Amino acid sequence: MNDSIYLAIQENPRFKELVAKRERFAWVLSAIMLALYSAFILLIAYAPQVLGAKLSPGTSITWGIPIGVGLILSAFVLTAIYVRRANGEFDDLNQAILNEVQP
Amino acid sequence: MIRRLAAATALALASTLALAADALAGTVQKQPLNVAAIAMFVGFVCLTLAITYWASKRNRSAADYYAAGGRITGFQNGLAIAGDYMSAASFLGISALVFSSGYDGLIYSIGFLVGWPIILFLIAERLRNLGKYTFADVASYRLKQTEIRTLSACGSLVVVAFYLIAQMVGAGKLIQLLFGLDYTVAIVLVGILMCLYVLFGGMLATTWVQIIKAVLLLAGATFMALMVMKSVNFDFNTLFAEAIKVHPKGEAIMSPGGLVNDPISAFSLGLALMFGTAGLPHILMRFFTVSDAKQARKSVLYATGFIGYFYILTFIIGFGAILLVSTNPAFKDATGALLGGNNMAAVHLANAVGGSVFLGFISAVAFATILAVVAGLTLAGASAVSHDLYASVIKKGKAAEKDEIRVSKVTTVALGVVAIVLGILFEKQNIAFMVGLAFSIAASCNFPVLLLSMYWKRLTTRGAMVGGWMGLVTAVVLMVLGPTIWVQILGHEKPIYPYEYPALFSMIVAFAGIWFFSITDNSTAAEGERALFYPQFVRSQTGLGASGAVSH
Repeated sequence: MNDSIYLAIQENPRFKELVAKRERFAWVLSAIMLALYSAFILLIAYAPQVLGAKLSPGTSITWGIPIGVGLILSAFVLTAIYVRRANGEFDDLNQAILNEVQP
Repeated sequence: MIRRLAAATALALASTLALAADALAGTVQKQPLNVAAIAMFVGFVCLTLAITYWASKRNRSAADYYAAGGRITGFQNGLAIAGDYMSAASFLGISALVFSSGYDGLIYSIGFLVGWPIILFLIAERLRNLGKYTFADVASYRLKQTEIRTLSACGSLVVVAFYLIAQMVGAGKLIQLLFGLDYTVAIVLVGILMCLYVLFGGMLATTWVQIIKAVLLLAGATFMALMVMKSVNFDFNTLFAEAIKVHPKGEAIMSPGGLVNDPISAFSLGLALMFGTAGLPHILMRFFTVSDAKQARKSVLYATGFIGYFYILTFIIGFGAILLVSTNPAFKDATGALLGGNNMAAVHLANAVGGSVFLGFISAVAFATILAVVAGLTLAGASAVSHDLYASVIKKGKAAEKDEIRVSKVTTVALGVVAIVLGILFEKQNIAFMVGLAFSIAASCNFPVLLLSMYWKRLTTRGAMVGGWMGLVTAVVLMVLGPTIWVQILGHEKPIYPYEYPALFSMIVAFAGIWFFSITDNSTAAEGERALFYPQFVRSQTGLGASGAVSH
């Protein structure tokens, strides 16, 4: 691969924009995932009774069930959000940059 | 505070491994020969061998052999990755844990799942854009080929060896339990089949075996969960209420239970599991089987979905077992314990909801699971030898493709023989320990070098070499000085290193070593390597120049 093409992309303001946007998005989502998981672990460590509390007096289902299942769903939803934006908006921008430097 | 938090995080992660090993460790009684199970297993083997034959016709180049020609779709790869994760141990182990402690089982599943989004956000697309067949392609992208590939290949081989032994031992035990076959026969059978898949079918067959198994396992687990829900009229409240009534722990199964362990050991193992996954050569290799970063991202999306769905199913299955298995005297021995131990909860439930034919199906799927995982491991080990050591280090990148593949096939046979021999030798060993060691080494050697090569501009060959080897050696030495080897095997009185798992310390050593020996490296070669970071960065971000799908 030609070095000058790499150099051209590196100097391209749209490339800088793409990288800044995508990196920021990835770090924000990572932080959300870790924060949700840490909060869950904090609950287990310090307030297990919260997870063991019943949803309502007449039921056997405890708060731990929707919270736990919710965490599994959130992992999937966060990956879906990332993939949607990365495979759409970011990849379009990426393609535009590539088209610009190699006509 | 931090320490407690860390300990709790680690526990959630660590225990999955321990319980997975539980499923497969210890003495097992041989079961009577199960004809339905064996018939279905033979059916699976015939199907997968047919696929291997089909794959062998399509395999023409090295790209076909190592990476299925980059033609696997994101959906298929997602299933294959999920297949690598949904092992027999996690299926039987997690449902057993739910069966015995209820809610705790869900906590463990969650610990295993949350690593995947992080892999997607930070690693997946850069990996796909930079690599070709092995993760060493990425680590050595701008560094010296000989040194870094040797390091990566050694890291890969050590990880593969320990993981393979653990899987072989587990396979032997499980087959004894499920089919009533002799341990040695089972090991030899697994060894021969995995060699056949890899030798003739390469990555294409290995991936399809994994996909078929994942589909069968998901279908079987879905059926079980549906039957369980049918028995309670699809009402979760009834399911839990009935379970609380019959379970000896009563209400306690609906909230987090006692998670106790040595916090540093647990934290150490937790780190190993989280970051070890991102350093396992057979998982990383899967990212090169898709055509581009777009498909790589989709793979993780589907994998996360399937794995999450599977964990929810095992939770229902575990509660179903409390309801339908623990109340049925036919599944218990004279003392009231479950036949074959708690790890058989899901297997007994299969019998309870679907009769002996479905029991045979689930047993066959459990065996298929092991076959699929060992095949992937063998391929990763063979690639490290042929692509990294032979083609890049010994032949300096001038090896003919034909020779490279031949070396890979010879290595596959050698690995098969080694796996069979070690599987028999290690029959009585603690396999949780070996899986922990494999993850610890992956997290302390492969992962730091890979991560920093993609993210840190100032990394140099010297830093990666010294730090990587320091991580690898520290992990192994601490394991030897720890309680398992130093006390239990070598018979010393007290361990020199008091904790079971080394990752906490060996990862710090690796990262610190890489950092220090990189920033103090003032050679001209190091300057050149730093200058190469920007082209690498552009490629990792845009995919420009990345190896793509092979069209025929």
